[in-house]
Amino acid sequence: MTELIIPAIISCIIAFFTVYFITPPLIKFLQKRNLAVKDVNKKDHTMVVRPGGPSIIAGIIASEIVLYYFFQLNEILAIMITSFIAFVIGYTDDRKVMGGWFKPVALVIASLPIILLGTYDSNLAFPLFGAVKIPILYFGLIVFMIPITGNTINSIDVLNGVASGFMVIASFSLSIALFILQNYEMAIISLPLGFVSLAFYKYHKIPSKIFPGDSGALTLGAMYGAIAIVGHVEIIAAVALLPAIINSFLFLSSMKRIVEHRQIKGKPVDHTEDFRLQATSDKTAPITLVRLILAAGPLSEKQVGFAIFKLAIFSGILAVITAFMMRVPI
Amino acid sequence: MRIGLFGFLFVMWALIIAGGGILVTVLGPFSISGYGDFDLLTSILKAIIAIILVIVWILVLSKLKNWIFKKEIKS
Repeated sequence: MTELIIPAIISCIIAFFTVYFITPPLIKFLQKRNLAVKDVNKKDHTMVVRPGGPSIIAGIIASEIVLYYFFQLNEILAIMITSFIAFVIGYTDDRKVMGGWFKPVALVIASLPIILLGTYDSNLAFPLFGAVKIPILYFGLIVFMIPITGNTINSIDVLNGVASGFMVIASFSLSIALFILQNYEMAIISLPLGFVSLAFYKYHKIPSKIFPGDSGALTLGAMYGAIAIVGHVEIIAAVALLPAIINSFLFLSSMKRIVEHRQIKGKPVDHTEDFRLQATSDKTAPITLVRLILAAGPLSEKQVGFAIFKLAIFSGILAVITAFMMRVPI
Repeated sequence: MRIGLFGFLFVMWALIIAGGGILVTVLGPFSISGYGDFDLLTSILKAIIAIILVIVWILVLSKLKNWIFKKEIKS
């Protein structure tokens, strides 16, 4: 067990402190270059720098290299390369505004390392009922999983601290599930994602000092998707991600097409006089999770963020229950 | 308001479990013999049925979403 505990502790410390120490100089660097956007949910014209993706990917790569030194598993390489490709795609979108289809299509490339390194098992495991082998379906799942998780996390990055805070809850739930399933190596490999998100949350929480940008959100989402496939916990990962999936689902079902947020004319949410958030009655605006939360009345940005975290904790608990159910086949 | 969303999450989860049950118990053992070891045709057919199940899942959720959202606005 010691051979697992030591790498786990070292990688978690490296993941957390790499992001913790790199982010402040990154903020200064971005401020100097004037790479800032307006925080639309603040009364005064607050400008927040972006992207925070470089510090997130640094934390992931540093911690996973340490884990590779100890375990030498292709699974670690697949997760690292997938996350890095997603970072490059996101960074490209941060620097140059690309079309709505760019990220979903480009993220398919990010799933290639998982296929090329053969770090998947085409048995899809379900709770209570066991596994089913449908190779063609599973291949499609690998190809679509990374674009879905990447864009899902990106689409929930709408309020201060939500994307990173949500990722903390979802990724730790996934790690707990992996421990329950006694997949200890994968559980340890997944832990840095939670610690990277936690360290970034310190700077991203309300009031944000930095936004993750597409590079940060896609990196977190792609790593999460890669862990799900490589760790054979696709269903559990989907359950832990349900609030974010609902957000994407509501958005797509109301817009009926893949479209960038900046291309939408209708506003789903606006502000009251005291700058709380309120749902609009604009029929051209997409239905989102935030709009649904605000349907009962105006709330502050912090309150909406905590409402999303409560939903994330609820689905995290469902994910852990699902993991227990995996161990009790009918 | 939030009870509705928690309920929506729970129904999504229950549908995932039920869908998994259908996949494993009904679709899993299903096969067409006589098409070689890999049995590509069976795999394609299973994949198509699984995709149809996902579409049904989305449709059910879509109806549920409309019901919850309308109820939230009324309250």
